[in-house]
Amino acid sequence: MAITLTDEVVRNAVDTAALTRRLRGLRRKGQMRALLLIAPLMFFLLAIFVLPIGMLLTRSVDNSEVALTLPNTVNALASWDGATVPDEAIYAAFAADLKASPREDVAEVAKRLNYYETGMRSMLLKTARTVRNAEASYKDAFIAIDEQWGTPRYWRILKQAMPELTDFYLLAALDMSRNEAGAIAAVAPENAVHVDVLLRTFAVSASVTLLCLLLGYPLAALIARSQGAVANTLLILVLLPFWTSLLVRTSAWVVLLQSRGVVNSALAWLGLIDPSQPLELIYNRIGVLVAMTHILLPFMVLPIYSVMKSIPPVYLRAASSLGAPPLSAFWRIYLPMSMPGVSAGGLLVFILALGYYITPALVGGPRDQMVSYYIAYYSNQVTNWGMAAALSAILLVAVLILYAVYNRIVGIDRLRIG
Amino acid sequence: MNHSLSFTRLFPIVLWFAGSAVVLFLIAPIIAIVPLSFNAEPFFTYPMPGLSLRWYEEFFSSEVWQLALKNSIIVAVCATLLSTVLGTLAAIGLSRPDCPSRATLTAILISPMIVPVIVSAVGIYYAFAAIGLLNTLTGLVLAHTAIGAPFVVITVTATLASFDHNLMRAASSLGATPFEAVLRIMLPIIAPGVVSGALFAFVTSFDEVVIALFIAGSEERTLPRQMWSGVRETLSPTIAAVATLLILFSTLFLATVQCLQRRAERQKLTRTD
Repeated sequence: MAITLTDEVVRNAVDTAALTRRLRGLRRKGQMRALLLIAPLMFFLLAIFVLPIGMLLTRSVDNSEVALTLPNTVNALASWDGATVPDEAIYAAFAADLKASPREDVAEVAKRLNYYETGMRSMLLKTARTVRNAEASYKDAFIAIDEQWGTPRYWRILKQAMPELTDFYLLAALDMSRNEAGAIAAVAPENAVHVDVLLRTFAVSASVTLLCLLLGYPLAALIARSQGAVANTLLILVLLPFWTSLLVRTSAWVVLLQSRGVVNSALAWLGLIDPSQPLELIYNRIGVLVAMTHILLPFMVLPIYSVMKSIPPVYLRAASSLGAPPLSAFWRIYLPMSMPGVSAGGLLVFILALGYYITPALVGGPRDQMVSYYIAYYSNQVTNWGMAAALSAILLVAVLILYAVYNRIVGIDRLRIG
Repeated sequence: MNHSLSFTRLFPIVLWFAGSAVVLFLIAPIIAIVPLSFNAEPFFTYPMPGLSLRWYEEFFSSEVWQLALKNSIIVAVCATLLSTVLGTLAAIGLSRPDCPSRATLTAILISPMIVPVIVSAVGIYYAFAAIGLLNTLTGLVLAHTAIGAPFVVITVTATLASFDHNLMRAASSLGATPFEAVLRIMLPIIAPGVVSGALFAFVTSFDEVVIALFIAGSEERTLPRQMWSGVRETLSPTIAAVATLLILFSTLFLATVQCLQRRAERQKLTRTD
């Protein structure tokens, strides 16, 4: 009896262990299947999307070109105190690097140095050209090219530009730089442009969000109150612009708002303005706000509407039966209950507005361009990858933080379109 | 009391006026551009001196516009096919009850929707320059697939949320291989989600201009890219003609998506009945 019982216990224990193992194996197999299905898109996105952006962002702190082009100078300057005029060994090392490097690499270094001090670019290029044929003593040769090589100043700039990692671009994106002593300080007001751009981006996005809220809330309320075919028609009228190409909507506004456009000619026809003095409605802040509000409005209306639809009308009736005047019933019952939609729509519109590029570029003036425009400018027109990357990093961090907030309040899985 | 009563009566009227004004603001610019595309003169003012189809003729006979149209269609079709296949597979994986670390994986898969398009465009430009994919249609297809796939992931995952996974077990107990079960049981049920995801991906690619600005050369110009130059350089009514055609096209798309959503809702209703 006792023996059989133990036997059974043992057998059971073995069975349970085997079963657990089998179950775990099955679960792992199921997980592997799930991951295998996800893998193709995951690897595709890593290669085409995540990695490229990662590569770009590293450019915001990358400074390897100087160290790669001037390895001997880096070594020689490592022990230099930064206060006295360097000795002949350092001049010789620098000359050797300049002689050994291809012209285009020297040009890259020259461009880099020019960010620290305007004029360094042409000066270094001139120095490199002349030094190629120079012989010892190099110190005399350098000073013959430019007297400044005989003072510590140029060498300090050179040394400052040498580390492989730099905070130069990120600081510059916030209109700051390190002075010769290495302390962080604001740049001269006439060179400070980026903080202005960031503030402008913020201000335009906030204004557009506010305008969308002012226009979107009543429309959402109207759709939520309407029924059947009316509600459907109204919804479709909101969705149609949403589905219409961004370029179509933007060019429609160009056509409407330009000085000889539809709005101005209508106003002139009505006698409200003098035809020879049309209103300036485009290529300024008005144009940007109107067009961006128009384009982003559906993103505000749809989330607010979907929340309002779920507010039971009995609450408002209950409030008024308890003696609340309509305004206070709205203020104390309806508005708080519709707030989730307002915050969802508001955040979404604000986040989308921060990254706008096409619309401000087409309907705005030079003083209405937002941070995206400058990212494009630095990568396309002047090929300053460091600045493009630093501004991208700032924009990206801002957007990611806001999405984290959105995820907290709304839930990112409710990010629905249409 | 009297005061609040009149407010109660007034309120719906005020709301109607405000709401209609906003709808007008949303729709009017889109409607206003349509008649201008039939203007006989190259102006953008009403009243129009006469009607003509010359701007449509210009669109259909211009080599530049036709190349742009062709490129847009090729890129959008290829990108839609790729992103629909990749996105649907990923969504099926994400919706499996035993999918590990779902939240993190989803966040990465939909990140192209979240990252500002200018950052994606510059990043892709920077990377594609290194591997020689600039100024190629292939590069454009790959980039558009990346930004279109999240829409497919989201719509298909949403459809799969109400999918009864017991059906798959039933199918396999009846002898279906996993592949057969997906093909014959799951796909027909989630088809509306897949199709609307594909439509989103198509429109995303067809409408995309920032990435095209960066990585497409003059031979790979797409329709939005060509419109961008058109608006920037010489604003001719050809733009209005193209815009009208695109508005027609988006209306058709909207109608299709609405039909699909209706059908999906009906399906859900009959299942719960």
